[in-house]
Amino acid sequence: MNIVRAHILVCRGTGCSSAHSEEIFKRFEEELKAQGMADEVKMIQTGCFGLCELGPIVVVYPEGAMYTRVTPDDVSEIVSEHIVKGRIVQRLLHTEKDSAEVVADLSKTKFYEKQTRVALRNCGVINPENIDEYIAVDGYEALGRVLTEMTPEEVIDIITKSGLRGRGGAGFPTGLKWKFASAPAPVKYVCCNADEGDPGAFMDRSVLEGDPHVVLEAMTIAGYAIGAHQGYIYVRAEYPIAIHRLQIAIKQAREYGFLGDDIFGTGFSFDIELRLGSGAFVCGEETALMTSIEGNRGEPRPRPPFPAVKGLFEKPTILNNVETWANIPRIILNGADWFASMGTEKSKGTKVFCLVGKINNTGLVEIPMGTTLREVVEEIGGGIPNGKKFKAAQTGGPSGGCIPASLIDTPIDYESLAAIGSIVGSGGLIIMDEDTCMVDIAKFFLQFTMDESCGKCSPCRIGTKRLYEMITKITEGEGTLEMLDEMEELCHHLQKNALCALGQTAPNPVLSTLKYFRDEYIAHVVDKRCPAGVCTKLLTYEIDPAKCKGCTLCARNCPADAISGKVKEVHVIDKSKCIKCGVCMSNCKFDAIVKK
Amino acid sequence: MKSLAELAALREKAKAEVNLRNNGEDKIRVVVGMATCGIAAGARPVLAAFVEEADKRQLKNVMITQTGCIGICKLEPVVEVYVPGQEKVTYVKMTAEKAVKVVTDHLINGQVVSEYTIGTEQ
Repeated sequence: MNIVRAHILVCRGTGCSSAHSEEIFKRFEEELKAQGMADEVKMIQTGCFGLCELGPIVVVYPEGAMYTRVTPDDVSEIVSEHIVKGRIVQRLLHTEKDSAEVVADLSKTKFYEKQTRVALRNCGVINPENIDEYIAVDGYEALGRVLTEMTPEEVIDIITKSGLRGRGGAGFPTGLKWKFASAPAPVKYVCCNADEGDPGAFMDRSVLEGDPHVVLEAMTIAGYAIGAHQGYIYVRAEYPIAIHRLQIAIKQAREYGFLGDDIFGTGFSFDIELRLGSGAFVCGEETALMTSIEGNRGEPRPRPPFPAVKGLFEKPTILNNVETWANIPRIILNGADWFASMGTEKSKGTKVFCLVGKINNTGLVEIPMGTTLREVVEEIGGGIPNGKKFKAAQTGGPSGGCIPASLIDTPIDYESLAAIGSIVGSGGLIIMDEDTCMVDIAKFFLQFTMDESCGKCSPCRIGTKRLYEMITKITEGEGTLEMLDEMEELCHHLQKNALCALGQTAPNPVLSTLKYFRDEYIAHVVDKRCPAGVCTKLLTYEIDPAKCKGCTLCARNCPADAISGKVKEVHVIDKSKCIKCGVCMSNCKFDAIVKK
Repeated sequence: MKSLAELAALREKAKAEVNLRNNGEDKIRVVVGMATCGIAAGARPVLAAFVEEADKRQLKNVMITQTGCIGICKLEPVVEVYVPGQEKVTYVKMTAEKAVKVVTDHLINGQVVSEYTIGTEQ
């Protein structure tokens, strides 16, 4: 163990890695070596810090200075100024929006101040590839205590009392699930659902990348609680960094004896294997996931029997989502009451959300249940960019619904969101501004669920297809008012009759937009107009003669040769040729082109 | 892994690795002046000596960091030691050898090395 004077943490989550954080890490190592300081400064790669919008992120301790949007070329300046001379490089610090204040300490930014980090507590703090760092932050202590001091019943009891509910979307009480699976049986399994598939959601990936050991520890605890000896983590192959770190973590845990035989000298044995999914959305559904682990085509099967009775390989199985697992060791260490003190009456603890879309602080946030959408959007998220107005938020991705601006003060918890026709879901939170067409967004999600439908049951296979056809007609100006009613009827049919959650929840985006934004549908159907200016078939581009200076820029850039006009004379768009690409509009220096 | 005690021992050892990342108020801070004047007067070897000595003795409650010019450039290298609850001590004209003595006498045993302090120069 070397005592060093500074730690440089570089985010190596997927977001920052795609913005050259690997190169930044290497440049730091080279630069420190060149300055002869490789022994006194330690380089650490971490998981996601959460503020992906400002990545790549580098944090230097002991000051806790957070540098944002660092480029490889900034490295030598950070080393020669901060590390050599102790002068924080102000230029690279995060500046709060609407304030001149430059914040050096990341925990003091508005983005972090409002958050409560339980599942993400180690992300961006420890090196995920070093088991010692996990142990230093009380890692595997919960497992040790469970195995040596608690009975399986006590473990299930504490999880039940904490009020923890499944973070994968359905919100089923975790303790109850474990209890169902605890009935005596010779072989049982513990599974981790890391098949995160919602567009714009990346909380599970971030936990796996930033703190893989927490999942291993929690699964082993569950193994003890229900009497299982084998666990599987089903993770999608599109998450190479997460898989790599999980492989390292499993290897280290086996070496240290946290996995394997006779753990903590108690005679209890447990091991975990990875199973890679090829990215089918339906495999995030529990029965389809288990079918896929068994080596078959990932298709759901009817429930009951529920997995707790007859799951993987027809044995009792518990399946929890990554984020659910990430809460378990903390609940064991801090107690059920501690966890239950956070959140609302029925929704306890915290929830991680991926804040994406039209929002200033894109990133990963963890908030106590019951925090209002307004707090998330305006305070943590830093508001909507470019002075636009908040229009709606989509929770739960393609399985969820939208929350209109009028309901922005809704607390985010299972009950409140269900009451307004949405769901908490796995944690995608897509923010939309006034430039978003709600019909188009519903169409986007429908296309997703239609493509991802496994085809096993006809309500889903045919239902999503017919819904998509109808909504496409509406966006093309060929819809009728009767069609809206037909869609609603079909939606309810799908909800009632589809085999699995994919089909049952697929209509949610349509139903909730029909409920809150029916006027937009009517504008498409009756006025043949897209109020947000998105649906291209309903748009026309025109040149305002009063503003056109005849500069010819639009005509020269039009890919369809649809614009004619002489120099210094008003130009005209030939609507029969126009392909509505918008190139003319973005090129015009006089704002003369209008979209209707 | 055979027992909780074994895990606790492992954790104690591992804590030194991440300690720097908790900004604890209870830590002794050693601040080395590392502006151009300090570096020119030889602050680098002084800083290195502090780090090396703290490591050798596994001083987990000590944080070694650097700062800019304190303003008395003729007395560089300047090192200031902040012990929680006590008045700060300013050492001047430091060398690597002096740093070792400050670690053993002051940081470990709580005895200020008065012959190196700024008072002797004025």
